[in-house]
Amino acid sequence: MISIKNISKHYKTVEALKNISLEVNEGELFGIIGPDGAGKTTLFRILTSLLLADSGQAAVDGLDVVRDYKELRRRIGYMPGRFSLYQDLTVEENLHFFAAVFNTTIEENYYLIEDIYKQIEPFKTRRAGKLSGGMKQKLALSCALIHKPRVLFLDEPTTGVDPVSRKEFWEMLRKLKTQGITIAVSTPYMDEATLCDRIALMQHGELLTIDTPANIIAAYPKKLYRMEATMKKEEVKTNPKVETCFLFGEYWHLTFKNDIEPTWKLKEIQPTIEDCFVEKMK
Amino acid sequence: MKDITAKNLTKRFGDFTAVDSISFEVERGEIFGFLGANGAGKTTAMRMLCGLSQPTAGEGYVAGFNIDTEAEKVKAHIGYMSQKFSLYEDLRVWENVRLFAGIYGVRKDLIKPKTEETLAKIDLTAERNTLVKEIPLGWKQKLSFSIATFHNPNIVFLDEPTGGVDPLTRRRFWDMIQEAAEGGMTVFVTTHYMDEAEYCNRVSIMVDGKIEALDTPRNLRKQFAAENMDAVFHQLARKATRIEN
Repeated sequence: MISIKNISKHYKTVEALKNISLEVNEGELFGIIGPDGAGKTTLFRILTSLLLADSGQAAVDGLDVVRDYKELRRRIGYMPGRFSLYQDLTVEENLHFFAAVFNTTIEENYYLIEDIYKQIEPFKTRRAGKLSGGMKQKLALSCALIHKPRVLFLDEPTTGVDPVSRKEFWEMLRKLKTQGITIAVSTPYMDEATLCDRIALMQHGELLTIDTPANIIAAYPKKLYRMEATMKKEEVKTNPKVETCFLFGEYWHLTFKNDIEPTWKLKEIQPTIEDCFVEKMK
Repeated sequence: MKDITAKNLTKRFGDFTAVDSISFEVERGEIFGFLGANGAGKTTAMRMLCGLSQPTAGEGYVAGFNIDTEAEKVKAHIGYMSQKFSLYEDLRVWENVRLFAGIYGVRKDLIKPKTEETLAKIDLTAERNTLVKEIPLGWKQKLSFSIATFHNPNIVFLDEPTGGVDPLTRRRFWDMIQEAAEGGMTVFVTTHYMDEAEYCNRVSIMVDGKIEALDTPRNLRKQFAAENMDAVFHQLARKATRIEN
């Protein structure tokens, strides 16, 4: 559904994307996970025909992002990271506007946005600029969906959103997936990775890995242990047996060069995506 | 010694009570985590504590000064680091330090040596002449923190300081926070990363303008029979009835 071949892009001295290739299947919920500056937004802008790559090819739903951009734009929905609806239009006016631009009506595809839109419908006469962050997000998603796109691009929809609202947003995405829409979503939150069918871990314009979350976790190269973080930091860090140690909340996550430290109370654990990301960053 | 005291601190906007009579104290050198869902009232409460917004009712003291009647003194004794870091992108690294040192009223003859010391400490000496817009986010973050604490404030307020950075940078940043606290600085921090709540000495969780829980992370986990702080947060935040607006 999305096909990217050897895409590169630079801005002045910064190489934003370095020879990226990846495929997203139809109906997949695909996550691009990486910190700010990884190149996520650049990639999304190229895929939505808003930016030209320096080299390489990309196609979405069989349409070349350069040659077929007009048809492409009809078939995709895009929710940029920065809120970009019309602040001076009301909730309802924004939705109506986007429906009209795509030659459709709110009624025609209402079933698609109903679950999301009904949460903000009580405020439909309020100007978009006066909405809270969570409501803006729901309106932006509704507007990106109103023309029933085949592929949805969501650029960091949950950045700065609290954990409970983030969970609710992902529940909405799972529901959309059942409608057959292919979804590409980027996020800096590692814990959201496990909610995707497949993910690409991204850093400094490069893909560190592409696979299902389960496979990435299974491919973690070492035994990982956790230990309660009661000991002094230096004592843990300077132990010669320790290879890596990172704090994860109230626990240390540790790997050892060879043998484990026998005096510590350790429990072998399954790595999280964040452990995998840190391991691949080295 | 208490560095922050809030007594029934309240802020109303019209008939909407954004912050609803919150009371708490923060000790000198403590790392205090200030959590809550979007719209719970965190930012409003923080703005009052920084002397940027007048309370409707109740009172607050920060660094020994009344946040309502001595707001300017409060501002001089605290450091503040916002989510967006608020550095000047078109100024060089050292120029940003120089500018904020002046704004915070650091003595002129101290600025130069302290700037060198600061840049050396955060490994940015070689980048002193680089424009801030050209440095990576993680560097901006440590620069921003050093600038917020350049004038040796008693208290530093950090508003979601780790949003968007990679996992290693996030952990290194917490090392900086902990070092500052060990040096006696009081740290008041908001975050959406629940693992970071564990790095705080105590944590408060706001729901619908009120503080619904306040204790050490360990005690909160016990109190809510939760595996981690994420579970504690979910239990509390789900109770919210306020319609986001």
